[in-house]
Amino acid sequence: MTTRKRDSEETDPAGGEAPADDLRLLRALRAGDEAGFVALLDRYQPSLVRLALMYVGDRAVADEVVQETWLGVLQGLEGFRAESSLKTWIFRILSNRAKTHARREDRSVPFSSLPEPHADSAELAVDPDRFSPRDQLRSGHWAYPPRHWDKTPEEIALSRETSALLEEAVASLPLRQREVITLRDIEGLTADEVCDVLGITASNQRVLLHRARSRVRRALERYLDGGAGPA
Amino acid sequence: MMTFGGLTCREVVELVTEYLEGTLAPPERARFEAHLAVCPDCPVYLEQMRQTIRALGMLPEESVAPEARQELLRVFRDWKRG
Ligand SMILES: [Zn+2]
Repeated sequence: MTTRKRDSEETDPAGGEAPADDLRLLRALRAGDEAGFVALLDRYQPSLVRLALMYVGDRAVADEVVQETWLGVLQGLEGFRAESSLKTWIFRILSNRAKTHARREDRSVPFSSLPEPHADSAELAVDPDRFSPRDQLRSGHWAYPPRHWDKTPEEIALSRETSALLEEAVASLPLRQREVITLRDIEGLTADEVCDVLGITASNQRVLLHRARSRVRRALERYLDGGAGPA
Repeated sequence: MMTFGGLTCREVVELVTEYLEGTLAPPERARFEAHLAVCPDCPVYLEQMRQTIRALGMLPEESVAPEARQELLRVFRDWKRG
């Protein structure tokens, strides 16, 4: 077992190369060490289940995707060249398996085949009616400003109503935004790691993250302060 | 009337993510911060963004069924046997 704490993910180096801890685990796994596998399982299983759910929605299908992912990890161990971290490699395998499932099983919502909006098409962070119109003195400044929320992030995340609202807001995002915000803000990956998992550029990551966060903030604001906007 | 860093609030809300990511160029960052220092409302917006991000990071984890863990250990042992 490693001495590293389970919750020390933020100390993980960004994607790019495998940290020393990964290399130890890799050696153990390649040697067929079950304790090494269990350590990896315990570290990533909850994240993998959540990520799989983001793609396929159904828990039974998600569990299947996760199991396929681990099999893919084991089968790919010999070929893994440690150009990325073990974590981003595993997450990438999951993402690919889950997309395959989502395409195969697209019963009602074939989201994977919907065209994604172009990164350069306009999508505003805030309803333009919240700002003073062009012809006015304070043009472009808040006409209906945001108001302080009297709930802490803890209260928002732990209350059943607002956590369900957050999850719904994320679930209703276009796929690419949903992928980025889930990896980045829910799972806590770094920007580099997200780019590595999804194979996107840094600037594309930022655009998708910006849109996703803006939409989720809007959903929260509607709930916490429905009177903030124009009537 | 103050200059608000030469930015409107409408422009500021589109720069929030780049600001938080630390990817604004230094002159842009200075203008952003100058706006925040005098605007009564944009700091509230920025705080809401931070609250949103933090809340997302605190959502409860998915539970892992013990059977799923056992099943994966079986997968591992099968793989090990080749
Ligand atoms: Zn402002």
